[in-house]
Amino acid sequence: MSTLEVKDLTVRLPKGGDRPEAVSGVSFSVEREEILCLVGESGSGKTVMAHSIMGLLPKTLELAGGEIRLEGEELTRASEARRRELRGARMAMIFQEPMSALNPVMTCGAQIDEVLRYHTHLSRNERRARAAGLMREVALPDPERLLDAYPHQLSGGQRQRVGIAIALALEPALLIADEPTTALDVTTQAQILQLIVALQRRHGMGVLFVTHDFGVVAEVAHRVAVLREGRLVELGGKAEVLMRPRHEYTRMLIGAVPKLEPHARPVAPDAPVVLSTKSLSKTYVERRWFGKKHEVPAARDVTLEVRKGQTLGLVGESGSGKSTVARCIARLIEPSAGEIRLAGVDLARLRPREMRPVRRRVQMVFQDPYRSLNPRRNVGEAIIEGPLNYGVPRAEALARARRLMELVRMDPAALGRYPHQFSGGQRQRICIARALAVEPELLVADEPVSALDVSVQAQVLRLLEEIRTRLDLAMLFITHDLRVAAQVCDQVAVMQAGRIVEYGPAEEVFLRPRHEYTRALFAAAPGRNFAFAPA
Amino acid sequence: MNILDNWSVRIGGAALALLVLVAIAAPWLGTVDPTLFDAASRDLRPGEAGEITTLEGETVKHVFPMGSDSFGRDIYSRVLYGTRVSLVVGLTAALLALFFGVICGLSAGYIRWLDGLVMRVMDGIMAIPAILIAIAVVALWRASLPSVVIAIAIPEIPRVTRLVRSLVLSIREEPYVEAAVSLGTPTAKIMFGHILPNTMAPLLVQGTYICAFAILLEAILSFLGVGLPPDIPTWGNIMAEGRVQFVEYPHNVFFPGVFLAITVLAVNILGDGLRDTLDPKMAKRV
Repeated sequence: MSTLEVKDLTVRLPKGGDRPEAVSGVSFSVEREEILCLVGESGSGKTVMAHSIMGLLPKTLELAGGEIRLEGEELTRASEARRRELRGARMAMIFQEPMSALNPVMTCGAQIDEVLRYHTHLSRNERRARAAGLMREVALPDPERLLDAYPHQLSGGQRQRVGIAIALALEPALLIADEPTTALDVTTQAQILQLIVALQRRHGMGVLFVTHDFGVVAEVAHRVAVLREGRLVELGGKAEVLMRPRHEYTRMLIGAVPKLEPHARPVAPDAPVVLSTKSLSKTYVERRWFGKKHEVPAARDVTLEVRKGQTLGLVGESGSGKSTVARCIARLIEPSAGEIRLAGVDLARLRPREMRPVRRRVQMVFQDPYRSLNPRRNVGEAIIEGPLNYGVPRAEALARARRLMELVRMDPAALGRYPHQFSGGQRQRICIARALAVEPELLVADEPVSALDVSVQAQVLRLLEEIRTRLDLAMLFITHDLRVAAQVCDQVAVMQAGRIVEYGPAEEVFLRPRHEYTRALFAAAPGRNFAFAPA
Repeated sequence: MNILDNWSVRIGGAALALLVLVAIAAPWLGTVDPTLFDAASRDLRPGEAGEITTLEGETVKHVFPMGSDSFGRDIYSRVLYGTRVSLVVGLTAALLALFFGVICGLSAGYIRWLDGLVMRVMDGIMAIPAILIAIAVVALWRASLPSVVIAIAIPEIPRVTRLVRSLVLSIREEPYVEAAVSLGTPTAKIMFGHILPNTMAPLLVQGTYICAFAILLEAILSFLGVGLPPDIPTWGNIMAEGRVQFVEYPHNVFFPGVFLAITVLAVNILGDGLRDTLDPKMAKRV
């Protein structure tokens, strides 16, 4: 008997959606002691699938047909009371966002205790002992102390461990993990993945692992199911699907995963230096009314150089200071010390009034395409805003906007439309066009593809590459993703805790990392030892 | 979602449209000049017929659908003309409060060094009960329509300021604002071109609530005798005059009271509907 069997599952979307069904006629099973990875891009219906199994579908989505069997028991017709009993006891879920999955006003211990209290008849002390045991099992340090800690006192990885402990509390037969590592740093991700695999083996659970990341799939899966727009397009063993995909869509997805091999191209040694920083530092100072002021150094002694036509990758985990450096260079925040030389001018010393004429020369592309465009302005207005600020006549600015739309592979007729009418990838293209409209010398891209699906990510990376070659632009590319860095960077600077710990040509850094931290980053990159099917 | 698909918007909007229509068409709805009186027609009950003296001194027959007051004035005419005052006061007070609130909120939220100064002044105004400020302002100037509107708008400004400031503080961190900064857009253009338009939806909702409160406050001020002069027919004035005789002649208070309740309810329902459609996040929270 399979742990989970899903047969012909169909979930209807409310009227007026982009398709009639969120999930259409999907069948698969999860066996005992097996990890099945459910892979798909955003909107493929993978989360809806997880929620319908748990019985957590929002009211607007209707289960229109099919069967869900948990250890042989039919769930779609079960009473709400029976389902509540099964949730937690026989099936449990871990969520993507470890901060919002835990209640911020309850201690971690109380949240584990809650599950035990409602589902078991253990006494108070037994429950506490069991909770501590669970904390030990998910390898949390000092369980007795952490039981009384609140979620905000824990790191992201620790919170996710608490989430896993809650899910494991009643030894469920099925564990559903919905993108459990997407919000985590790569080194933390590696640890959590290891933990899930180890626990799955120890408890003989079936795991339904929902993810968009083929690297993660390569690390944990036994079998893989690929979803596209609510339909199951491919289902098979890990090696089979990842190395010899049969369906065209799977081939495209796997082909779009950037390879970990560096693609650096040589830059002419006499190419002029566009940007150089010297001992750039940013310290956040928190002044209190009484007592000493509190200093947080976000970037320390950052010295780097970008030449014309070159891309420098700034790589690091969250909180490493890479975005702080980018924002100092674009002077969106004031640097505390050091120099930022852009073609000879020290930007760090310019006053806000003196900055305005210089701003044109450094342009940024941001991470979140949904927030980088003013929702109340049409695309044309967004693109010509910069040129108009620098005195370009309106007609000429519009003509330039049309040329730029062609450059970023969009229809110039779309200039009159509003941002909400475009997809994430299209918006990112518009943002690139907007940045290029003022003819910058340096393009600072802060995680420009992190919010995008892998196939769209590949297109945007290709576009950036093309633009850089065509316009001979200097680019500072910030990313947490080593695969993306390998794809686009000529030089790489690895940042940790505000400092650059390793800096050199991409080939050097990727093939012969010297610093311990760089090596740890590479070791943690999911799927690094896996030979994916060639594109 | 289309705004007009929302039932609250439809009902509130329709009721309000009807009231506006009544206010505009008051002279043609079988009314007489609301200031006319006739000693012979004092304290008539609703529906009774009597006579009334016009400004030219002629005496004409008139039916009093809502009765008459102790001066022999037609309550029906006074209530209908009172609609004009209430709506004008509500709308202009809301616009005035929004205008100054937006200016203060934008500058407090975007220009950091102004923040402390502006917000402490606002805290100061908030610490005084609205009705006290209103009474003080009316006492300072002669009681007239503009002075009453200003008196009602002032205590609302801090609330708008707080709302706008909190919106600005979150919008200014949006990447599209940062993009505008790096495109060299001047500060004033960022404030009014990028930030202000994105605060409009919650502002519109807040505006309707201010409007409802202003209508109510105007009636309260008139009722207390510190609002518009008694010769101007406002719902508060009519009720204030009817108060003494409330036990014998409840219609004096009843009809303007019903109109006031319906108007405030309509504006509030409209506001709820607008909030649900324009600002779905806020609707979920409530």
